Amino acid sequence: MLSVVTFQGRAHSASRPERQVRMADLLQRVADRRDIDAFRQLYVAFGPRVKSYMMRQGADPDTAEELAQETLLAVWRKAQLYAADKGSATTWIYTIARNLRIDRLRREFPWQELPEGHAETASDDPLPDEAVSAAERQIKVRTALAQLPSDQHEVVALSYLEGLSHSEIAQRLNLPLGTVKSRMRLAYQKIRETVEDLK
Amino acid sequence: MTPITHHLDDATLMSFAAGSLPQALAAVAATHIAICPHCAREARRLDLVGAALLAGLGDTPLDQPAPVMAVRRQEADGGGKTQSTGSAEVPAPLARLVGPDLDRVPWRRMALGVWHHRLPSGEGDLRLIKVAAGRRMPAHGHGGAELTMMLRGSYSDVTGTYHPGDVADLDDDIEHAPVADPAVGCICLIASEKPAHFKGLIPRLVQPLTGL
Repeated sequence: MLSVVTFQGRAHSASRPERQVRMADLLQRVADRRDIDAFRQLYVAFGPRVKSYMMRQGADPDTAEELAQETLLAVWRKAQLYAADKGSATTWIYTIARNLRIDRLRREFPWQELPEGHAETASDDPLPDEAVSAAERQIKVRTALAQLPSDQHEVVALSYLEGLSHSEIAQRLNLPLGTVKSRMRLAYQKIRETVEDLK
Repeated sequence: MTPITHHLDDATLMSFAAGSLPQALAAVAATHIAICPHCAREARRLDLVGAALLAGLGDTPLDQPAPVMAVRRQEADGGGKTQSTGSAEVPAPLARLVGPDLDRVPWRRMALGVWHHRLPSGEGDLRLIKVAAGRRMPAHGHGGAELTMMLRGSYSDVTGTYHPGDVADLDDDIEHAPVADPAVGCICLIASEKPAHFKGLIPRLVQPLTGL
C-alpha cells in the first residue's frame, strides 16, 4: 500500500505524551518483527523533521534529504538496538541523526556512541529518573527549554541545532568564551532540575 | 584505578551531546565518558535536550517516499555492535586509534623528558603525551578549549592531582604548570581546539627546540 501522506499541525501535537508513546511503540514493532508499516509511519513522522535538522546544521536541501533518508534507514537497520525502557524514540533517533550529521557534514569521526553503547556502564548506575517514563521526561525537557531565559536558550540552540562549538558561538554572538560556557551551564542546571528531584 | 574525581564541565558535555564539540576534544570526551558512569549519565541526559529541540523543529517535506523495505528484512544490524576492545589503561574509543597497549605507541621525543604521538583529528590537535617522572611542564594557558585525560601515572597542579580516568577541563583563564608524578611520570591524552595556540602547552614545550 503506497500512500502520500501530508502532515499539518504536527508541531503542536509533537509534545503530547500519547504521541511519544506511540512513536516508541512503532519503533518497538520495527525492532520486534521488522514491521514495515510501523517503519513507514516512523519515516513519515520523523523524516521531514530530521531533514529540517540537517538544513539547520548547514546542509543544502539535497544533502539534507539524503541524510534524513540515511537516518531513517539506520533506524530500520538498528531498531533491534533500541531499548524502549532506556529512552524515548525521539531521543534515539536524535542520536542517530546527530552521529550521521557529524560524520557527513563535518567529516569527523563519530565519537558519540548510540545510547546502547553506554549500556554496560549505565546498568550499574541507573538514571535516577529512569522510573519516570521516557515520554514524560521528554515533555519535561521541552518545557524546561521553553522556560529558559532567551540568552541561555540561544546558546543551547546554536550548539544543538547549528552545530557551533563554544568558540564559534562566542564569535557569532560577540561574547567572551567564558560567558558562552556559563550560559550553557546555567541552562543545563535548570533542565537538570526539572528532570530529576535529587542533586 | 582510583575513583574518578575530575570530570567534564557541563558546557563541554552539552557541546558533546549536541555533536558540536570540535573533533579532537570530542575524542577526549568520548574516551572519558567510556569509563566514567557519572559523565556517561549526564551525556545521555543531554541527549534529551537534542531530542526536544529536534521535536520542536518544523517539517521539511521529503522528496522521496519511504523506501520499500520488503527485500531488506535481512539487512538488520541485529544485536551485534562493533566491538572495539580497550584495556585497563586505554578505553575502547581511544583503543580504536592507538591500540590497547600504551607501551607499543611509537613515541617521538618532543622536548627534554617529554614524548608525544600525534593522532588524526579533523579539527584541532590530538596527541598522546608521555612525561618523565618529576618533569615540570612549562607554565601555560588555554586560549581555546583544551582537554587532558590521564591514562597512566599522575600529575599535579594548582587545580589538584589527576589520576588515570580523570580529565582536566579547565577554563581558559587558568594558567598552570603541571608536575608529573615523581615516581612514574605520566601518560595523557591531550586535545586542543586550535592546533597551536600561542600560550598553549605544545608551543611552550617546543619553543626551546624551534626558537619561536
